Amino acid sequence: MSKKTVMAVYEDDYQVVVGAKKLTESGFKIKDVFSPFPIHGIDPVIGLPRTRIATVSFLLGSTGTMLVLLGVWYMMIHDWHIDIGGKPNFALYKNLPAFIPVTFEFTVFCAAHGMFLTFLLRSKILPGVTAANPDPRTTDDQFIIVMEVEEDKIAGIKGLLQGTGCIDIRS
Amino acid sequence: MRYNFTKSNRNLALALMGIGVIAIIIGFLTNPHRTWASLLVNNFYFMALSLAGTFFVAVSYVMQAGWSVGLKRVPEAMGAFLKFSAVGMILIFIFGHNDLYHWTHSEIYEKFLPDGKTPNPDFDHILLGKHGFLNIPFYMIRMVAYFAIWVGFTWILRNESLKEDLEGGLKHYKKSFKFAAIFIPLFGITSSTSAWDFLMSIDAHWFSTLFGWYTFMGLFVSGLATMCLIIIYLKSKNYLENINENHMHDVGKMMFAFSIFWTYLWFSQFMLIWYANLPEEIIYFKTRWDHYRVIFWVNFFINFLFPFLVLMSRDAKRKMKILMIAGIGIVLGHWLDVYLMVMPGTMKANWGGFNPIEFGIMAGYAGLFIYVVLNALSKAMLVPQKHPMLKESLAHHL
Repeated sequence: MSKKTVMAVYEDDYQVVVGAKKLTESGFKIKDVFSPFPIHGIDPVIGLPRTRIATVSFLLGSTGTMLVLLGVWYMMIHDWHIDIGGKPNFALYKNLPAFIPVTFEFTVFCAAHGMFLTFLLRSKILPGVTAANPDPRTTDDQFIIVMEVEEDKIAGIKGLLQGTGCIDIRS
Repeated sequence: MRYNFTKSNRNLALALMGIGVIAIIIGFLTNPHRTWASLLVNNFYFMALSLAGTFFVAVSYVMQAGWSVGLKRVPEAMGAFLKFSAVGMILIFIFGHNDLYHWTHSEIYEKFLPDGKTPNPDFDHILLGKHGFLNIPFYMIRMVAYFAIWVGFTWILRNESLKEDLEGGLKHYKKSFKFAAIFIPLFGITSSTSAWDFLMSIDAHWFSTLFGWYTFMGLFVSGLATMCLIIIYLKSKNYLENINENHMHDVGKMMFAFSIFWTYLWFSQFMLIWYANLPEEIIYFKTRWDHYRVIFWVNFFINFLFPFLVLMSRDAKRKMKILMIAGIGIVLGHWLDVYLMVMPGTMKANWGGFNPIEFGIMAGYAGLFIYVVLNALSKAMLVPQKHPMLKESLAHHL
């Protein structure tokens, strides 16, 4: 039997969580939920795995730390000694306190910008890419649960979501 | 549910206090100069822990924080120790000021010896300039004012909270909010000035404009860690069953964030002095670097890298065991931090390693702190019964 996309439209974030819970409890698999803002507590309900952005942030931050230390070592120690504040030293570690602020800033810079870009790439939100959004109103005041189900089960979904605040079911 | 202050805990606390008393007696017989310094370290440190408790309660009110209501009796109980540390601080100053604070010596302010002609070799021009602030009567007035403010507001907040348990309603919440809002700016000023008085004036020639915030951050983060350890202890005894990993996650986040902020201030103070390299400023770190280098490094690693790496991930903050390890590290680390602020100024180069007396006195203060805090915990319900945000706290979810 061919599968069909079903969209349940809501107008309240709390009701979305209730509806999604009802659906997953009855064995339906939710493909995605579109919402204008993050909904607290929906991730475990629709079976989203834990985000890995924290790990990415740590890796990017560490990369930033190493990059900036390499750069500082090359520019200030190796290529041309620069005497600032009477602290000419031929070793990075002896001058390190002076370089901590820039190391800190560059670490934060890499972690923040890297996370931002990673998120955009991962969510496929890039210039020129068509949005995967089923309805532009989910960027404003509506919430949509998207499912892929066999045709004969659509009626069952309609029955399930009755009374959960669902305003429309499209398929 | 009420906490039951069991006999074995009471005996343990009393035993620790006994060790402390013995350590103080032996200390005064062998090396009174050093004993005064150890007393100041421990008295200040445990005062800081209990002050952090009151500050936490006040901040929760002002921020209208809901999540912390269920565990708020713990910082409240920590505040109960303040009056004891007040007595300790005043006694230490009255009897030990000549050993601890160079500026209390009266002879350094005389330009000439009593004959009126010979220049006084001990004359201290810099301290004469600071004499308007650093003199014994004004110092005593300030010290009494600090403790009056701190103990007073601790008592008010605790009292309102206990009354709320009986009467309910919004009246006590609103009153606590107002008093907390008055307390926080007062605390902001007194925490800085008290740090100058109690700790910075040991090295009276030296000054750092960052010192007040730096001490305050150490105070707050070690207080949070203590709070975390007390909650974990209570949970291990099956109290506070409504406090779950979501609440501990928040406590862990604060420990993590303020450890980093402590480091930020520590490093800001250090780097500016290191870079400028002015003799009158660098002397502070030179003493510490030359004679206390091990503590200097341990202080940095245990208070920054250790909590930073251990508490970084979300899962770590939600596991009691990891939180406990990080908490113990922070509590010991900030004791070392206070130690490093006091000892080099008093003992100078004659430090010669740790002395068991210091740990004995620490055990004594820890015993008194445990006794007072657990006693205060047992005097009231462990969860505020009628706080308007109690429900929010119990449903807290991250």
